[in-house]
Amino acid sequence: MNRASAAGNGNGVDEVVLSARHVVKTYGGTQALRGVNFDIHRGKVTTLFGENGAGKSTLMKILSGVEQPTSGEILLHGETVSFHSTVDARDRGISIIHQELSLAPNLNVRDNIFMGREIRTGTGIDFAEEARQTQELMERLEEDISPFTPVADLRLGQQQIVEIARALSVDARILIMDEPTSALSASEVEVLFKVIADLKSSGVSIVYISHHLEEALQITDFAVVLRDGNITATAEVRDIDLEWIVRRMVGEHFSLGEAPSVDEFGPIALSIEDVSVADVENPQRSIVDNLSLEVRSREVVCIYGLMGAGRTELLEAVAGRVPLTGGRVVLNGADVSGLSISERIDAGLCLVPEDRQRDGLVQTMSVGQNLTLASLTSFVKGLFLSRSAEEARVQESIKDVQVKTESPAAPIGALSGGNQQKVVIGKMLATHPQVILLDEPSRGIDVGAKAEVFRLLAERAGSGLAVVYSTSEVGECLSIAHRIIVMRRGRISAEFGPHTSKEEIMAASGEAVVA
Amino acid sequence: MTTSTQGRNRSRPAALAGGFDLGKILLEGRAFLALIVIIVVFSILSPNYLTTSNVLSMASHVAVYALLAIGMLLVILNGGIDLTVGSILGLSGVIAGWLMQGVRLKALGDVTLFPAVWVVVVLAALVGAVIGLVNGVLVSRFKVAPFVATLGMLYVVRGIALLMTNGLTYNNLDGKPELGNTGFSWLGFNRILDLPIGVIVMVVVAVIVSLVLQRTVFGRWLYASGGNERAAELSGVPVRRVKVWVYVASGVCAAIAGLILSSELTSASPTAGSSYELTAIAAVVIGGAALSGGRGNVRGTLLGAFVIGFLSDGLVIVGVSAYWQTVFTGAVIILAVLLNAVQYRGRRKAPASSGDAQGPSSEPEPADATSPQTARTTG
Repeated sequence: MNRASAAGNGNGVDEVVLSARHVVKTYGGTQALRGVNFDIHRGKVTTLFGENGAGKSTLMKILSGVEQPTSGEILLHGETVSFHSTVDARDRGISIIHQELSLAPNLNVRDNIFMGREIRTGTGIDFAEEARQTQELMERLEEDISPFTPVADLRLGQQQIVEIARALSVDARILIMDEPTSALSASEVEVLFKVIADLKSSGVSIVYISHHLEEALQITDFAVVLRDGNITATAEVRDIDLEWIVRRMVGEHFSLGEAPSVDEFGPIALSIEDVSVADVENPQRSIVDNLSLEVRSREVVCIYGLMGAGRTELLEAVAGRVPLTGGRVVLNGADVSGLSISERIDAGLCLVPEDRQRDGLVQTMSVGQNLTLASLTSFVKGLFLSRSAEEARVQESIKDVQVKTESPAAPIGALSGGNQQKVVIGKMLATHPQVILLDEPSRGIDVGAKAEVFRLLAERAGSGLAVVYSTSEVGECLSIAHRIIVMRRGRISAEFGPHTSKEEIMAASGEAVVA
Repeated sequence: MTTSTQGRNRSRPAALAGGFDLGKILLEGRAFLALIVIIVVFSILSPNYLTTSNVLSMASHVAVYALLAIGMLLVILNGGIDLTVGSILGLSGVIAGWLMQGVRLKALGDVTLFPAVWVVVVLAALVGAVIGLVNGVLVSRFKVAPFVATLGMLYVVRGIALLMTNGLTYNNLDGKPELGNTGFSWLGFNRILDLPIGVIVMVVVAVIVSLVLQRTVFGRWLYASGGNERAAELSGVPVRRVKVWVYVASGVCAAIAGLILSSELTSASPTAGSSYELTAIAAVVIGGAALSGGRGNVRGTLLGAFVIGFLSDGLVIVGVSAYWQTVFTGAVIILAVLLNAVQYRGRRKAPASSGDAQGPSSEPEPADATSPQTARTTG
């Protein structure tokens, strides 16, 4: 905590432009922020590290006027200010890129960028000028996106670019970026980092939040770690490294585990044979192209690839969500290609989807109801569900996957991201699968929960399950997987054992190796 | 924000689906309170309001609305809407009337068949089921928006009813003893233990549907696919089948309501039940169900039907003009929906953004800001 002020005073050029003093934010009976002091320096990138629920987004919402602090004050250039809305904050030069995209999909890129601050002429809107400026922004971000493309037609990464462009278009002096790269490709991230460097040199101060710790460290000047609503550490980046941050985030040394030792793998559980899947946006093209893969029981296989490599499509096709355009899926020697999702689940093949909010959870139901949703038919006694059998199963699942919840009847939305993910995994494990597919099981969950999820999967593999998981974080390949498959443009471009290097994996995926 | 605190208040140890839940009781308490206010106010205004005979007669009016509303509830829980119920109600009465007059079959040597009453009832219910099936297939197989599909069917079904009678009304539904088809008026006039048959049918249907919703796999599937269809599908829920069945069930409920109404009126008009679909939707909404699907129950819907029925009958009894009745009913609906919005505002905050269809990684960190207490549960 004191290191920053020491560092700040040390060179004397760092000017604090915006700061939070003793900021407390209470929601109902719980404190999200417990007296936080936070400084933003002119022309520097201050990165906020912390697990889910640590209070990062809350702090950013207060600094950008989305929410007001319960107590404490905000100082802008040394003067106490209070922002009543985002417009208020924007007028004072503070702009935020939200982690949830806030674009109108029905409008085009230009109209989204100028939404709410249209350039007026006497009688209407100066569309030509808006389009020109949009074009400029896109050139700056090195994206080939027309101002007139409807946002709905853009892929997710491009939508994120538009979101970024909108924040840039304000000419903010302070720019807050909450997970701006979650959907960007490596090259897009590089461009964004170049833009950030430009902004810094023109004196713009940046607050950055990201789950990709390594990536964030590349551009960080000041690292601030938040845990349980308190700032636990602040440091200049030259004094620290990744491990220092992780230790202060989780309060302990951590590892994602290693491949469980197996004397001999079991028989082939899942066999993917020459599978092709059509690209939804362009049905002529195959997003998964004649791909074959065999997974044995007790084996953990990791599929690594960039966005658009076809990982999600492959897993969804195997699980029966999207139709195959070629090939077949064989489970324990039986062709399951023609079966529905529920028949495949019954046969022992299930998928934990990538987006748990959209595809994994039923938000209107309780934790317990979500946990048993996939295995309901096993609780039927006569016409009705047996409540006692169901409750016993819920308790067992909660213990099994270690969901931290006050009660099985709590609404699913009350859980943290990590615990929600454990519920989705627990739900599928309750169907007693032989093969479990997990699409980015670590997405949006904190390091601690990530380690727990991986430990659980490794454990299950030990007792006979075949596990296939996909990831876009190289670090996660080198954990519990016995075998690492790299996907590129719908095909397998390389296959590695557990003792490969990150560089090799990234090179095989077509990703530029970032120094 | 209130997510977390509500979560705390609402959670009770071993309470799964149908368990005792304070939040739910409060939510329904609202409709219950409204009903009590209505009863108290009208009892003061008119001495006849709270007499047994009047309450029973109001209850049989309510039964027709409630049957439609229970079917509607199933569709709304699924995230859909069924605009055909009023038309099915009309057609069901007309089918009954048509069958009671005797069906001439020229192909069989010009015989006229007079089916027994139970056959009439079964056939009318079957017609309701078939129309529901068409709705369900349009919505689930051909992906027509429920509003549009059932709006179209609303016209088609009403048109069929008008065609069958040429726009006229069947006035004689009594049947003849020598033909063995008497007894249709039993539905509308008879009583068991002083309770009108319509009310008993309503109670039976309500109990069955309630049990299905709370205690069966189908019920859970319905709540799940209404709450999040994609997640339900990936969990192995046969979402299409569930969808078809709710429309079929709604059609059957509407057909039964049509039989009761035409029996009460001893006539079957092809225009019976116009705009009843809106009354049914209103009852479901007043009962606290969410039009977005996944939330709601039979108790609430019944209360909603009683609120609407007791209010409109009360207004008639105290002599308020029909035009004002419409205004009052509308005001009650708006009030109910406003309260629903208040009720769901806090809870929706967390999951709502996921429904924006913004794609996978739009919210990689959903719990960060919205449920601050998770800091401790994770840590």
